[in-house]
Amino acid sequence: MSNTLTAGGSKGRTGDKVFSGLALFAGCLILFVLFCVAAFLLWQALPTFSADPADITGGEGFFSYILPIVIGTLIAAAIALLIATPVGVGVALFISHFAPRRLAQGLGYVVDLLAAIPSVVYGAWGMTVLAPALVPVYEWLAENAGWIPIFEGPASQTGKTMLTAGIVLSVMILPIITSLSREIFLQTPKLHEEAALAMGATRWEMIRMAVFPFARPGVISAVMLGLGRALGETMAVAMVLSGGALMASLIKSGNQTIAAEIALNFPEAFGLRLAELIAAGLVLFLITLAVNMVARWIISRHKEFSGAN
Amino acid sequence: MSKRIDVNDLNVYYGNFLAVEGVNINIDAKSVTAFIGPSGCGKSTFLRTLNRMHEVLPGARVEGEVLLDGEDLYGSGVDPVAVRSQIGMVFQRPNPFPTMSIRDNVLAGVKLNNKRISKSDADALVEKSLSGANLWNEVKDRLDKPGSGLSGGQQQRLCIARAIAVAPQVILMDEPCSALDPISTLAIEDLIEELKTEYTVVIVTHNMQQAARVSDKTAFFNIAGTGKPGKLIEYNDTTAIFNNPVEKATEDYVSGRFG
Ligand SMILES: Nc1ncnc2c1ncn2[C@@H]1O[C@H](COP(=O)(O)OP(=O)(O)OP(=O)(O)O)[C@@H](O)[C@H]1O
Ligand SMILES: [Mg+2]
Repeated sequence: MSNTLTAGGSKGRTGDKVFSGLALFAGCLILFVLFCVAAFLLWQALPTFSADPADITGGEGFFSYILPIVIGTLIAAAIALLIATPVGVGVALFISHFAPRRLAQGLGYVVDLLAAIPSVVYGAWGMTVLAPALVPVYEWLAENAGWIPIFEGPASQTGKTMLTAGIVLSVMILPIITSLSREIFLQTPKLHEEAALAMGATRWEMIRMAVFPFARPGVISAVMLGLGRALGETMAVAMVLSGGALMASLIKSGNQTIAAEIALNFPEAFGLRLAELIAAGLVLFLITLAVNMVARWIISRHKEFSGAN
Repeated sequence: MSKRIDVNDLNVYYGNFLAVEGVNINIDAKSVTAFIGPSGCGKSTFLRTLNRMHEVLPGARVEGEVLLDGEDLYGSGVDPVAVRSQIGMVFQRPNPFPTMSIRDNVLAGVKLNNKRISKSDADALVEKSLSGANLWNEVKDRLDKPGSGLSGGQQQRLCIARAIAVAPQVILMDEPCSALDPISTLAIEDLIEELKTEYTVVIVTHNMQQAARVSDKTAFFNIAGTGKPGKLIEYNDTTAIFNNPVEKATEDYVSGRFG
């Protein structure tokens, strides 16, 4: 009796072992790669921190060099999120809960296609189509809302501004937020949707009671993934934004993002300048890390009520 | 506080598939009616037509009349949302909202349509509903904890509390005890007995003893074969259905000689 038990068990156990070994290996590999990237960045960036502040671009040390482009990066990403989150979640909700099935399938397909467009194409579109088209809008804004610092004139005549870059970025991250949110909305347990409907909830009330609470952590993750892409996007921003010094106005030329700064200057950089740019890359890495940790914290705050128990 | 239901010539479809055919049934106010029958004969399907939950599935539709105190639920201009707020439903698997506290779960239906309710009224309603569902003593110290932290039986009673909190005319229950242990089942059967004094209760069950214990009248549904529509075979006082049924199929089923 005990013989059959041990014999039967050992075969299954090999599979278990192989699989857990593989999983462990994959986990370690990711940590190792992450560690290597961080170590490389740190090592290459070191000269920046020991250099004479006067030798750094701008002549006032690394901190005053990096701060404006950090802020520029955050502004671009914030604009992108502000536009893409409500639109993305709205489109996802329309596809998952409102559209007739045929239309929903088509729409979902189109949204996924958007994700497959390379960023250079978005950049080219932003530069040649969107930017010129926005010039009159910016002029109108400068005239009528110029007292708000972010719309201070005179407006850029090329349209290659922070706001344009933010809009292009929002279009780029829209498919990420939309597809992930849609998948999550579709996974809402029917049980809870029907619970809400059965007590007389309208469709919108049902969505607020059953769909949103269920999808909340997933939507936050989707937004964070979008944010990650917006923070790190180089090509499109480099093409759409004619960068410059940090300023409050979003409709004048100026401002710069870390990723675009690196992309634009990397080809000719050597020596200390190269170290500077890599240090900038390190800062971007840290920002992304921080953003992800904040997201995790937001998600975990409501763990008790997440329905996972 | 409770209304009667009269169903006339009801056909229920999923797309082109006729799932339930030609049901006529009169359900008295303040009574317990049990639906019994083999799996797949359309008990759940028919039950869900009584509060217009059937049509939330894509392609699902009905023909015929369901009268709630004489008013056709499927008449033109009738709002399904209003129907459902008057006819509550308890599902086979307990489904409290996992992101809401016990208290919020009870109040969920009341707070719909942006109805405002004062804190003291809400407290009173929570206590009344939970007491009505025989759950108050077990949860009164943890009303702010998530509803999903309760046992299965407690969750089901929470769902019943949620259903009665909105003071419906009718309560529909689809196998409310099938996921529960015998003790919880007994608690819910006692509860149904009490609910009868105020509400019209319709319950689907596979448990013959349960039907015999809790219901005043019993409806036996059957199906001729796969792909055929389910039909209401016999509807009578529960004692009559179990002791001297008219139809042969009913007798076979209740005596366990089915299939
Ligand atoms: N969503 C659906 N789409 C299509 N057909 C369905 C759907 N739900 C149920 N049916 C069909 O309708 C018929 C009746 O199903 P129903 O669930 O009402 O049976 P039931 O009597 O409640 O069975 P059980 O006792 O197992 O719960 C079955 O043939 C079933 O396959
Ligand atoms: Mg059923």
